[in-house]
Amino acid sequence: MPAFLTDLNPGWLLILAGLAAIFIKIRSVRQVITIITPVVAILLLATTQHGVDHLTYNALGIELSFYRVDSLNFIFGLAFLIASLLNAIYALHTDNRLQDGMALAYAGAAVSATFAGDLMTLFIFWEITAISSVFLILQAGTRAAYFASMRYLAVQILSGVLLLDGIAYVWHYNGSLSLEAFTSLDQPGALIIFIAFGIKAAFPFLHNWLQDSYPKSSVVGAVILSAFTTKLAVYAFARFFPGFNELIWIGAVMTIFPVFFAVIENDLRRVLAYSLNNQVGFMICAIGVGVAGVGNPLALNGAAAHAFVHIIYKALLFMSIGAVLYRTGTAKASELGGLYRSMPWTAVFCIIGGLSISAFPFFSGFIAKSLTMSAVAAEGAANPAMIVVWLMLLFASAGVLEHSGIKIPYFAFFGHDSGKRVKEAPFNMLLAMGMAAFLCIAVGLPALVPGLGYQWLYGLLPYPIEAAAYQPFTLDHILTQMQLLILAVFAFILLKRLMLYPAEKPGVILDTDWLYRKVGYGAFRWVDTVWSKIGPATAAIATRLASRAYDNMVATFSPRGMLSRNVFSGGMTLWTAVILGLVLLVSYLTS
Amino acid sequence: MILELLLTSAPDWAIRHAAVLVVVVPLIMAPILALSPSGRLAWFLALLATAASTYFAILTLGIVQSTPGGIIEYWIGNWYLIGIEFRVDALNAMILLIVSGMAFLATVFAWPTILADVEKQKISLFLCAFLLCFAGLCGVAATGDAFNLFVFLEISSLSTYVLVAMGARNDRRALPAAFDYLIVGTLAASFYIIGVGFLYAATGTLNMAEMAAQLPALAGNRSVQVGFAFIVVGLGLKAAMWPLHQWLPNAYSYSPSFVTMFLAATATKVALYALIRWLFTIFNPDYSFEQAIFTWVLAPLGIAAMVICSFQAVFQTDVRRMLAYSSVAQVGYMILGISIATAAGVSAGLLHLFNHSLMKGALFMALAGVCLTYKGTTVRDFAGLGRSAPFTMSAFAIAGLSLIGVPLTAGFMSKLQLGYALFDHGWWWAVLFVVFSSFLAVFYVGRLLQAIFFEAPANPGRHRKEAPLIVLVPLWILALANIYFGIDASFPVGLANDGAAAALGLEALQ
Repeated sequence: MPAFLTDLNPGWLLILAGLAAIFIKIRSVRQVITIITPVVAILLLATTQHGVDHLTYNALGIELSFYRVDSLNFIFGLAFLIASLLNAIYALHTDNRLQDGMALAYAGAAVSATFAGDLMTLFIFWEITAISSVFLILQAGTRAAYFASMRYLAVQILSGVLLLDGIAYVWHYNGSLSLEAFTSLDQPGALIIFIAFGIKAAFPFLHNWLQDSYPKSSVVGAVILSAFTTKLAVYAFARFFPGFNELIWIGAVMTIFPVFFAVIENDLRRVLAYSLNNQVGFMICAIGVGVAGVGNPLALNGAAAHAFVHIIYKALLFMSIGAVLYRTGTAKASELGGLYRSMPWTAVFCIIGGLSISAFPFFSGFIAKSLTMSAVAAEGAANPAMIVVWLMLLFASAGVLEHSGIKIPYFAFFGHDSGKRVKEAPFNMLLAMGMAAFLCIAVGLPALVPGLGYQWLYGLLPYPIEAAAYQPFTLDHILTQMQLLILAVFAFILLKRLMLYPAEKPGVILDTDWLYRKVGYGAFRWVDTVWSKIGPATAAIATRLASRAYDNMVATFSPRGMLSRNVFSGGMTLWTAVILGLVLLVSYLTS
Repeated sequence: MILELLLTSAPDWAIRHAAVLVVVVPLIMAPILALSPSGRLAWFLALLATAASTYFAILTLGIVQSTPGGIIEYWIGNWYLIGIEFRVDALNAMILLIVSGMAFLATVFAWPTILADVEKQKISLFLCAFLLCFAGLCGVAATGDAFNLFVFLEISSLSTYVLVAMGARNDRRALPAAFDYLIVGTLAASFYIIGVGFLYAATGTLNMAEMAAQLPALAGNRSVQVGFAFIVVGLGLKAAMWPLHQWLPNAYSYSPSFVTMFLAATATKVALYALIRWLFTIFNPDYSFEQAIFTWVLAPLGIAAMVICSFQAVFQTDVRRMLAYSSVAQVGYMILGISIATAAGVSAGLLHLFNHSLMKGALFMALAGVCLTYKGTTVRDFAGLGRSAPFTMSAFAIAGLSLIGVPLTAGFMSKLQLGYALFDHGWWWAVLFVVFSSFLAVFYVGRLLQAIFFEAPANPGRHRKEAPLIVLVPLWILALANIYFGIDASFPVGLANDGAAAALGLEALQ
């Protein structure tokens, strides 16, 4: 293969193709581009040599490395590219140049950031993901989506600015921007970068942008959004903060608290957004347990594997609910139900996604989550506090089943019949869902064909040797998981029977973002009311003040203004005398 | 590279006399030009003279860089210690390169604008005045003698008054502008010579190096301090240091467009060089009174220039005045860099000096190019020019972005260096002013670019077209230099670092 191709970051290919797609008016050409590009990119990635800086550039004395593949980022990049392909197929029924192009560019930016060989490059593409993804939310075209996208943009840019700030610290103190893991949060810049990553990973109390924006985006937009931003942050944590104890607890809390919101939430896409949060919590927790190279490679493997399978089954779930939204025009649990009659295929795929995310044995979630749980359990032998973490994760696993594994399919496709009789989802949507469902099952099964099955995934992990030695399908793994799952199903049925399960009610569930959305809004409303009373009076004053301020500025700075008046020679000489006096005075006083 | 090639290929006499020839060639050519019967011949000779000067300036730079110690000492007439010394180190060499290079590019593009601005029989005399001005500026930059500096300063100033007054053919306001400039320039020169007088009385020498050697022994001497004050204010006037800048907008707005471009790119730069030379080489920032001047006078004035003149630029309706005010603001950046008084700060000031002459040169050149066919210079007149003169206006836009300090342009690099230097010195609050002033620059440049590219022409009936090729070529050289030095700044940064090291008497700056 020619050198320029092997040196080409597949992400750049996606970005370029995406930018080109925006300007291509012919729909079929654009569709071919959106599908061919990820395939080519996957081929490029597969043939790339690992551990080499493929493309470097020296700018301002900083050595930038644009394309570097190693065992850690390979699997993330591959998952991103697969997600990009799935989304391209899923989006075939639409004819939206900006959405097609920006989806590709967004995926490309995430891939480029993943394969960045230095902090500066990471930052650049970090920002590009933020900017390109905003368009996907905007594409929904609603007023709510507009405001959500602006809030989203503000948060993402904040993350980028913090990252840049941290990079500046690192550069100043270390003089190097290489991708070295931090060893402590006390290192210069470490804490700032930690927070910057934390925003993107949607840490507790930094998470609101996610539930705010994803459910408001378009059908296709939600699918593509779910794949990249948070997982890019997971990769960044795995790269820079492996084995940080803070991450264990943050991750554990992150797995639990969205469960409650997800159970009572009515908008199914919002439920998925919460469960996304919970899943990322598992990965963050696993990163906190794992230490690069030494310690617990099992956990880092778990994080990487979880990210890979999660990208696919989360996309699958978003796709299926998206298909429902596309056909019925709503994703609210209270307005849905009984759709299995009219959308059987979608229902099947949704159930497969639900089984995967709940980690049923022989589905993809199981083989990934087992790694993490085993790693935490292994740590628990030495450290009693880890047992608490293990229990938290266990509870969260049950919660996942409750809200994603059961609630989503149940309320959408079964439950009380909404009476909606719609067409099955378009073929391209079914195809994309089918491919994702196939991957969910194929990766979850033991190798029926040698080299495939879960062993294939394990072979891609950052520590393939340890992964190969790991055996997910042991009796106690399966037994523990099945007990958990069966009890959770039992609990669901019991609660349903006793009418205790939160009924599907329309309404807005307020998360901690009520602070800025409700209290802030309330304060705004109050000010607005007050203002409307005294407004007219003050407005006149304000207008007069503003116009006077402007007049003053004009009078001072404009060509006919005070500062430019040609009071010439006299004024100039006076000024000269003043400055001379000043200089003399200062030197007299200080010598 | 090119420097070495030039050094090896240059004849022996050129190497021996390069530092002087930079000044002498235009000085001798000037009276010959005055005798030239045809304007075209005069222009051609001026072109030759500036080209030769540029060649010798590059040669000088090469010699300075290859000499151990980095100083050329040239005693005119070989009158050691009695006569006048030309003393060139990395700092002068850089300034000589800027002045002569810009003069050459200015002369190349000058021909069509001179035809438009100057009466036919006066062209030879006009170019003679230009060469004198150029020789004077080079002389200021090359000389190592305090009094000789005054002489060259006057040579350049007197001819500048003539050049500015030549604008009267287009706009009568050029005459009062030239007159005001004359008064202020004379004031500045007098202040300077008074200061030199004080120092001569205290040290008994006019040679700068000698003076620098004797000054430490005179700590606490009041006449030294008074001399210092007069020199700083005198040179500050020439450099258009706020609030001593008021001569500049008028002089820039009403003089012939070629003169504006040349002055904007060189004149204040040379005065700033002289200021740096006095502040750092002859005097020394270790003197407590000088440190106080830096902190309490120069830095506040620099910041005031950056902010106030940027505001003034925002409100201007005439593009030339707007750019003139922006020039004063840019001088503010350089003064601020100098007032940090560290090697990094001076280097940042010098880098901005270099970049500023590139961007203002390009901006005024583009302006002159469109003024050829279209005589309006208000913002409204520029509306829609992007469509009728795309090449001229894209170069204008590039230089404008560089003026704002957009990344990947030269202006960004120097503001970045200035920011680093300010941070290192602990003046982080000053960085806020730099950012704020750049923000104002977004307004005044943006307003213009918006008019140029997005508004419909104000009066579509009038004829307008692209600037001629002879303007476009030097214009695009400058515009591309703005981009090139924004991406790979190693050349100007190297020059500025060496220059700062030479000014501060350091061995080298890492």
